[in-house]
Amino acid sequence: MKKLINEPADVLSESLLGVEAAHPELRVDHESKVIFRGDTPRPGKVGLVSGGGSGHEPLHGGFVGEGMLDAACCGEVFTSPVPDQILAATNGVDAGAGVLHIVKNYTGDVMNFEMAAEMAAATGGVEVVSVVTDDDVAVQDSTYTVGRRGVGATVLVEKIAGAAAEQGRSLAEVADVARAVNSRGRSMGMALTSCTVPAAGEPTFNLPQDEMELGIGIHGEPGRHRVPIAPASEIAEMLIEPILGDLEFSGDGGVLALVNGMGGTPLIELYLMYHEVDRLLSKAGISVSRSLVGNYITSLDMAGCSVTLLKLDDDLLRLWDAPVKTPALRWGV
Amino acid sequence: MGRVTFMMLGDVTTVIDATAVRSWLVTFAEEVADNRDLLTHLDSAIGDADHGVNLDRGLTAVVTALEGIDSATPGELLKTTGMTLVSSVGGASGPLYGTLFLRMSGSAGDQDSLKPDQFAAALRAGLDGVVARGQAQPGDKTMYDALAPACDALDEAIAEGLALGAALSRAAEAAQAGRDATIPMLARKGRASYLGERSVGHQDPGATSAALLVTTARVLAGEGSS
Repeated sequence: MKKLINEPADVLSESLLGVEAAHPELRVDHESKVIFRGDTPRPGKVGLVSGGGSGHEPLHGGFVGEGMLDAACCGEVFTSPVPDQILAATNGVDAGAGVLHIVKNYTGDVMNFEMAAEMAAATGGVEVVSVVTDDDVAVQDSTYTVGRRGVGATVLVEKIAGAAAEQGRSLAEVADVARAVNSRGRSMGMALTSCTVPAAGEPTFNLPQDEMELGIGIHGEPGRHRVPIAPASEIAEMLIEPILGDLEFSGDGGVLALVNGMGGTPLIELYLMYHEVDRLLSKAGISVSRSLVGNYITSLDMAGCSVTLLKLDDDLLRLWDAPVKTPALRWGV
Repeated sequence: MGRVTFMMLGDVTTVIDATAVRSWLVTFAEEVADNRDLLTHLDSAIGDADHGVNLDRGLTAVVTALEGIDSATPGELLKTTGMTLVSSVGGASGPLYGTLFLRMSGSAGDQDSLKPDQFAAALRAGLDGVVARGQAQPGDKTMYDALAPACDALDEAIAEGLALGAALSRAAEAAQAGRDATIPMLARKGRASYLGERSVGHQDPGATSAALLVTTARVLAGEGSS
């Protein structure tokens, strides 16, 4: 293992020191490992809290700020945060208008956010609504699985629901926006390499030079299929086809296309992939209204990418374009 | 049942007091520390390579928390264990193991010691808590598949009138058999379920740590855990 770390056990706490130093507009609670927007709580504004295991940066801490999250709870690498952390974040952002929990659909995240919401209800005061993201088409949603994973659409939920909260919409309205984004978004990912969890010290799985994993999540878990490596044009088809097969994307509003890097793939390749995706969408008669290319929801040092499509409408488009000022997404301010 | 039962319940040697519960919890923590790499290795095949690390971190915190409690009832020790795990483990293991110990604590109440059947009832309450939290069913390839057969075996052995040590040994064997039986199973819960057919052929890490929990329970009868 070659990493820019001191001790594997200190990776998260030392990284949070860096976040604090680099972003004075944010406030870091090192005890609870929560990144807060510096000016939270803001009277009358619905608080947005997300969180999950670390190792997906910039998700979620990089999305804390104006027009997006009020707080992000940082679990250990690939391990969901504990209820105490989530409760501290919830209480810290509540300004009386209620708090929205944005939870990726993983067993641990769902259980810990659920326990935190139960604790918030038991201690009284804060109204919490949870929205669970589950946009990954690689997982069959059936009684035989825990349901689809929350992946790329989570970034879009945080941006768009964040803009709705910034406009002063109510908790129920912000939650509706978050659910709409999740239900209109679909993702599919692939890996060229595994990733190395610092505490484990070696790659989570071994992937030979001539093979790739299709249908991966964001925790270094193997995908659903291991297939021979292929040119980018064919990989793009393998990612786009199941997405288009799952939801009708043609329509007046067009789509938002996100080509996301898994952490270890250079931007030159992500833009090459974006070209392939764009070409396939235009062949399918789908117009791309907005795009995003880069590393937004990653899996440590994994090489590979995911594609997320979001079916837009006027409201979602306006909310997407609204100003945002966070470490990782910033425009209009 | 041809077995005689005259030497059983009420016999002072079969009572589980706070000292015994404490040594069980500490032994479980030691066994998880010793098997930390194995648990993480199993988890890297079908999960996300953190089960050993997370459970070890939580149980290290439990041992520290228990050191801070001088005298207590079994229920208080179990409650501290559950609360500490919920607050320090994260992932799915934190809520699941935390709920297990909190429900055991609730079942144990404020009694100074537990008779074997009361301990068995507490363990089953813990199992019910795991089911309530995780909605696991038999054969889903989870910790349930090691814990449930252990609870059944413990109940049966106590009903047959076996001494505590022998009953806990039966439970340990059942837990280990349940753990091994997860190998051919298709995972239907947790991250392993994303793998579908590819989860077949791997031993479940949660069932493995749950088997450690049951095998170490033999120290409750003053016996070694290995």
